[in-house]
Amino acid sequence: MAIIKKALFYLLVLVIVVVSVFPFYYAIITSLKTGTALFRVDFWPTQISFDNYTSVLTSRNFPRNVLNSLFVSASVVILALLFAVTAAFALSRVRFRGRSLLLLTVLAVSMFPQIAVLAGLFELVRGMGLYNTPFALIFSYTIFTLPFTVWVLTTFMRDLPVEIEEAAIVDGATPWVIITKVFMPLMWPALVTTGLLAFIAAWNEFLFALTFTSSEVQRTVPVAIGLLSGASQYEIPWGVLMAASVIVTVPLVVLVLIFQRKIVAGLTAGGVKG
Amino acid sequence: MTTVPMSGPSGAAAADLTGRSDLQRQRLRAAWMFLAPMLIALAIVAGWPLVRTIYFSFTNASLNNLSGAEWIGFDNYLQIRTLSSGRVLYRGLLADPAWWAAVWNTIRFAVLSVAFETVFGMIVALVLNANFRGRALVRAAILIPWAIPTIVSAKMWQWMLNDQFGIINEIALNLGLISQKIAWTASPDTAMIAVLIVDVWKTTPFMALLILAGLQMIPGDIYEAAKIDGVHPIKVFWKVTLPLVRPALMVAVIFRMLDALRIFDLIYVLTPNNAQTKTMSVLARENLFDFDKFAYGSAASTMLFLIIAVITIVYVVVGRVNFEGGR
Repeated sequence: MAIIKKALFYLLVLVIVVVSVFPFYYAIITSLKTGTALFRVDFWPTQISFDNYTSVLTSRNFPRNVLNSLFVSASVVILALLFAVTAAFALSRVRFRGRSLLLLTVLAVSMFPQIAVLAGLFELVRGMGLYNTPFALIFSYTIFTLPFTVWVLTTFMRDLPVEIEEAAIVDGATPWVIITKVFMPLMWPALVTTGLLAFIAAWNEFLFALTFTSSEVQRTVPVAIGLLSGASQYEIPWGVLMAASVIVTVPLVVLVLIFQRKIVAGLTAGGVKG
Repeated sequence: MTTVPMSGPSGAAAADLTGRSDLQRQRLRAAWMFLAPMLIALAIVAGWPLVRTIYFSFTNASLNNLSGAEWIGFDNYLQIRTLSSGRVLYRGLLADPAWWAAVWNTIRFAVLSVAFETVFGMIVALVLNANFRGRALVRAAILIPWAIPTIVSAKMWQWMLNDQFGIINEIALNLGLISQKIAWTASPDTAMIAVLIVDVWKTTPFMALLILAGLQMIPGDIYEAAKIDGVHPIKVFWKVTLPLVRPALMVAVIFRMLDALRIFDLIYVLTPNNAQTKTMSVLARENLFDFDKFAYGSAASTMLFLIIAVITIVYVVVGRVNFEGGR
């Protein structure tokens, strides 16, 4: 009985692992196939050819799309962290009237449906002359990266002991000095985690990137992949598409696996107290 | 990706410095100065655009003439006209069958996807909460769907669900589950199923991690006691685990729900132009930028915003979800 139970448990474990990993695995095998082999269903790699990868990497726009995504995501992360560190200090270490309300507002903004601000943002982006530039995306991505980073960093800073700060205050340190000299060195782990999560969010964003860019050169990776198509639905270049997908996903998967403990902690920021 | 802040900062550790009052004042001033950049940024990038979207929904704005928009009241929402023959004509969003179809699609998608994700997420979380060899490997494996960009997973599944060469049809045919190849993403009967499969695959890990965090906070001695008393494991789950994990579950469900109600990217890429899966977000964007009905699209966006706001408030009040971490 105990053996059957154990066997069933491991069967369940196996199903979970296979279902999670298989689609990505299948994308990798597909990306290594060319020609008619593509249209044969194989569970194991039967052909190893890097033609799809060379064709993606030497294509006119794709390398540029990757650079766009990198530039936008990195800038968004730096901006969000800059704004969030100071805001989180105020929200976590200083008592003032309206603090809870402010925190709830920040949380509410992070739950905004993006479509609700799309029309207004479009007007704003066009009015500022940012349309079809990466800056339109850096600007608009603030709406989901900033509330999130503020929230997580506030949760983190709140848990730091009061004593370290008190010592600094006794020594006559100003709040700015406290942030930069006392908190920053303690906060690197939190900054790395939130930064990484914000980076992933920006890297994956689709709606704004689709709406605020018009030329192929300015597209970010998700839009480039989403809109890549052949002359008809029967001519979609699946091999190339899968190669592009693998290229943009592998770095993310590697990062997530390296930082998995921190990411899980960041996702469930502050623990579930309910 | 969704990232969920689970509990709000409680005031527990906040510096309660009841020292000299000018020090206090200095800190307060500094606090507001530190908050200013964030508040200004959010006002510009969230507050103002929201106000403008709502404004446009009451005008006749078109994509190429935003500045010349004229106020037309509620006409984009509902316009009732009585013809001379006595017939009454209803026009506008609230009288548009396409809108109501989108509302229905969105609700159907949100309820079904979140229900499946909760059940599967609970199963995965219970597995991960058990002590067994290779647990770290399983946790790493389930993070993979979460790490893959939505658009990429849409394309990967579109290939696997391909009617002619897809592996899903091949497996299902060999197992005798289907008698002929199915055009999963194109056929009206299966498009919603395809969307649900991909969404559940992609977001169950997230749900599982949130539930797992809740499970890990249940003290182990409760299970010990139940074991000694010989309580059946299934009864333990319903009587002990579920009630204790409920708060975490409620928060996870509402965040997923809000995310599901605004879904755009997966549907736009996986099942383009399919009336069976067109959600409110897709319909709104289509009107804004493809059909040159900017004002009408703004009205749809505003309605979606209102619906989400109402659902959030009702859920928070009825479910007594406490975002403040038990303060």
